[in-house]
Amino acid sequence: MAAQTDGIVNAEPAKRPPSYRPPRYLSFIVPGLIATLAVIVFPWLFTVWMSFHEWKIGGSRHWVGVQNYVTLAGNQRFLEAIIHTFYFTALAVILPLVLGTFAAVVFHRNFPLRGVLRTVFIMPMMATPVAIALVWTMMFHPQLGVLNYLLSLVGLPPSEWVFAKHTVIPSLVLVEIWHWTPFVMIIVLGGLAALPSEPYESALIDGATPWQMFRHITFPLVLPFLVVAGIIRTIDALKAFETIYVISNGGPGTASETINIYLYLQAFAYYNVGDASAVVVVFFGIIVALSLVLLYVRQRAKWT
Amino acid sequence: MTPGKPVQGRPVQSPLAYQARRIGGKLALGFSVVVLLAPCLFVFFWMLSLALKYDIDNTAYPPVFIPNPPTFDNFVHVFNESPMGLYFWNSCIVSGLATLAALVLGVPAGYGIAKARAHSLAVVMLISRMTPGLSYLIPLFTLFQFIGLVGTIWPIAITHMVITLPIVVWVMIGFFETLPAELEEAARIDGCSVWQAFLYVALPLARPGIVVGAILSFIYSWNNFIFGAVFAGRTTRTMPVAVYNMLTFEQYQWGPLAAAAIVVMLPVVVLTVVIQREIVAGLAAGGVK
Repeated sequence: MAAQTDGIVNAEPAKRPPSYRPPRYLSFIVPGLIATLAVIVFPWLFTVWMSFHEWKIGGSRHWVGVQNYVTLAGNQRFLEAIIHTFYFTALAVILPLVLGTFAAVVFHRNFPLRGVLRTVFIMPMMATPVAIALVWTMMFHPQLGVLNYLLSLVGLPPSEWVFAKHTVIPSLVLVEIWHWTPFVMIIVLGGLAALPSEPYESALIDGATPWQMFRHITFPLVLPFLVVAGIIRTIDALKAFETIYVISNGGPGTASETINIYLYLQAFAYYNVGDASAVVVVFFGIIVALSLVLLYVRQRAKWT
Repeated sequence: MTPGKPVQGRPVQSPLAYQARRIGGKLALGFSVVVLLAPCLFVFFWMLSLALKYDIDNTAYPPVFIPNPPTFDNFVHVFNESPMGLYFWNSCIVSGLATLAALVLGVPAGYGIAKARAHSLAVVMLISRMTPGLSYLIPLFTLFQFIGLVGTIWPIAITHMVITLPIVVWVMIGFFETLPAELEEAARIDGCSVWQAFLYVALPLARPGIVVGAILSFIYSWNNFIFGAVFAGRTTRTMPVAVYNMLTFEQYQWGPLAAAAIVVMLPVVVLTVVIQREIVAGLAAGGVK
């Protein structure tokens, strides 16, 4: 099963005559690689170097060693931003995973107009985030917004949405769920398409309920796909920017300020590039650490 | 009502109970489809509704759902009050250049990585996808500031390659891996160089993959906000930046805001419909978003 779900190496090359020398493909890769390295590695090295300086754009620059990191470790606002980021990420990963799996199971069934409806369903993940954030901003309006009106229709009290400290992050997550559930759906749908039909047939013969079939056949078989979706979602949720920046801009106060928003303000509102670079380094460390944990989970998911 | 035939192997049930279960299942499926699609459709519907209403209806409570009468004033307002045509053109240039460059560099790279099975190089591309866009911006901003390019269109187009290049490479790796190797090998035996085999054999076969890669990278470049937000000057704003700026100036003019949001998304919606089959076919499984 591991080889089947791997999907990278589809077919092993056939046996070659011993004299065959595989052609060299280096010349194909080099230009793209150089461009990638130029826009990735150069900024990286430069960032690390900057993070050891006290540096304001347009101002002076001098070497301060690890001072920026020490200050950061004691910076209450930054530590809160880390907590906000984890809170936001946890919700914005788990909920789309659950809903996306449900959507995939539904869209895996046959029903009239399935193709058209599926296209409609994936629209949110292609839509321009800033434009969508604008629409949600208008919908979240506590007095004139349509969401509070819809709540009143079903008899629920109005919410403050993004204008109160304790509801702002869940409200932003709502937008994130809306945006990215289709993405999870597509990946899981790919997994469902590859499922064998035999287990289902024997389960039917044994009189299994649909839920039992999902729990004991579908779920274990699509788990590797779910883990992939989970990894990508985690990375994207950690670095979510537009939704938060446009809708709440980190507010009210700093209640929804994530690492990314804090970073943006440090760098492009206060122009403290030295401090901001230190934030980038810490932030990237967090992303890599979390990705490694998830990759480890993925390996385990493959073998069980 | 005709009693349904029990599927072979199903435990024997009375035809009526089976029929009831079948109808129940259909209802549950229909209900699920409606529940899943409702939020998606509602947001787009509300966007359209806001854009087609006069402001007096937009700020009415309870909200007016169906524009009556519908008006195009908001769209006219958007194009009259701001150089939206120029911003649209900027976005076309930026995303067009970034996609073109990504194709020139990324298609051969994808081919090379797929043929040489150099998956560690593919990981380099993946890392670039993992890194937050902001973290490239500080050093690049400092660099472009130093060269004096901030405010022109060039830094935006160049930095958008951070988005477009990994997408093209990922799509092309997946695509070239599925192409049978025999054709190129035949060309090689006939005396073609590796590059000739690529140009005359593999490339024409890969046209569908190139189209998908190009459209996906165009869409994600078009949608990007942050690079433009940092690098753009007054005349070099891309669409998302221009629309965001409307928010800060016209907090309560919802009609024009929604109209502008629709204008930004129009090309994306069209392109998505064109390649929706490929998107669902699992291109996203490679980590392309």
